Amino acid sequence: MISVESKLRLASKARLRFDKKSSRYMLLYPERGLVLNGTAADVLQRCTGERTVQSIVEELATRYGHEVPAVEKEVMDFLRTMADRGLVQSVA
Amino acid sequence: MSESPRPYTLVAELTYRCPLRCVYCSNPLDYARHDRELDTATWLRVLRESEDLGVVQCNFTGGEPLVRDDLEALIEEARRLDLYTNLITSGIPLRRERLARFRELGLDNIQISVQDTMQEASDRLAGHRSFDRKLVIAAWVKELGFPLTLNTVLHRENLDRVDEVVALAERLGADRLELANTQYLGWALTNRTALLPSREQLDRARAAAAAARARLRGRMEVLFVTPDYYTDLPKACMDGWGRRFIVVSPDGLALPCHAAHTLPGLTFDSVMERPLGEIWRDSPGFQAFRGESWMPEPCRSCDRRALDFGGCRCQAFHLTGHAEVTDPVCRLSPDHGLIQEVRTEAERQIHGTLVYRNARGASG
Repeated sequence: MISVESKLRLASKARLRFDKKSSRYMLLYPERGLVLNGTAADVLQRCTGERTVQSIVEELATRYGHEVPAVEKEVMDFLRTMADRGLVQSVA
Repeated sequence: MSESPRPYTLVAELTYRCPLRCVYCSNPLDYARHDRELDTATWLRVLRESEDLGVVQCNFTGGEPLVRDDLEALIEEARRLDLYTNLITSGIPLRRERLARFRELGLDNIQISVQDTMQEASDRLAGHRSFDRKLVIAAWVKELGFPLTLNTVLHRENLDRVDEVVALAERLGADRLELANTQYLGWALTNRTALLPSREQLDRARAAAAAARARLRGRMEVLFVTPDYYTDLPKACMDGWGRRFIVVSPDGLALPCHAAHTLPGLTFDSVMERPLGEIWRDSPGFQAFRGESWMPEPCRSCDRRALDFGGCRCQAFHLTGHAEVTDPVCRLSPDHGLIQEVRTEAERQIHGTLVYRNARGASG
């Protein structure tokens, strides 16, 4: 289970790519790809295994000018889905 | 059609050569006729032209792509273009040093097939002693830090061992397990009597896969591809004809799917003669079943036509002799009786003789 204390990184099979045609980031993994919205791309770019989810949430809340709890909910929901799909992992 | 669709995936079939002789090989029966392989420079151009069209993923496959000694150059170029690169291999002709070089070049994922969980059964389906070697290669893949996809093609002879396949995938540290039921085209259609499972056997295997998926959630992705003979609804073959995928055959034909050149009456262009972008947009072969205007009834007025695109054109042709009819696996198809007949036959578990892939074709 992941929490706000978790430090996450992309699974080894997954890689971000900026797509010039749509001006969006894609998360690519074997035989699949996800087109990411702006928040999702900002979150995954920060999942480098060095920072807690909390610190990512705080940075993005400041950057977007939104309340921390709302951003935290959105980010945690997204990251839980990604973890269930094996696309992000906790750094032990 | 106002705007041509965007391809996302290039399937680069580098060669039809392969040390294995699998009885369900998806290469065409007449693969030996396509033995004039593209040179390195042409493949490099195909990679660049694909990326230009919008492709973001490249699957290097075959045959056995490792028999090409320019694979390093192709991986390097694909990664320079920032394509997600996936090597689909039997693993057989591979040295550890070469695998380490692929890692340095940035190859993203390796998919290794095992035919079964026991040496004898696996080698029997592959027509080649290969099982033990594959396990060694799979271990190297993980030691070198690659993500590993393990692929097992399922059929009557191994469907009862899904639990064992899952255990093997766990032991090897696979990141992803593809339990892919045989699609009955090419060599698999020739061997259908021997390979098609009964519904009951399939249901047991599906339940085993579902349990494994739930247990391994977040650690290993477990995919179970149901054979369309038992779905009553067609699969969205290739996500639609000429819609998401470009396949380039070893001799340079640009195709909407890896078996499209087995359909008579269609013209496919070679990347030797025209730029890939032109072929994708304009060639009659890619246009033939794009969109919905080609569709007959019951597809034309069906609510699912934008979901399954009428199913598989190759299957329609190889079962009915007509590529433009509704895929017979659909319960609404007037030809659905063909599928029901074969299912009934599968209940009786007749022992068919296995024909191994060979250069002379199905009668060989």
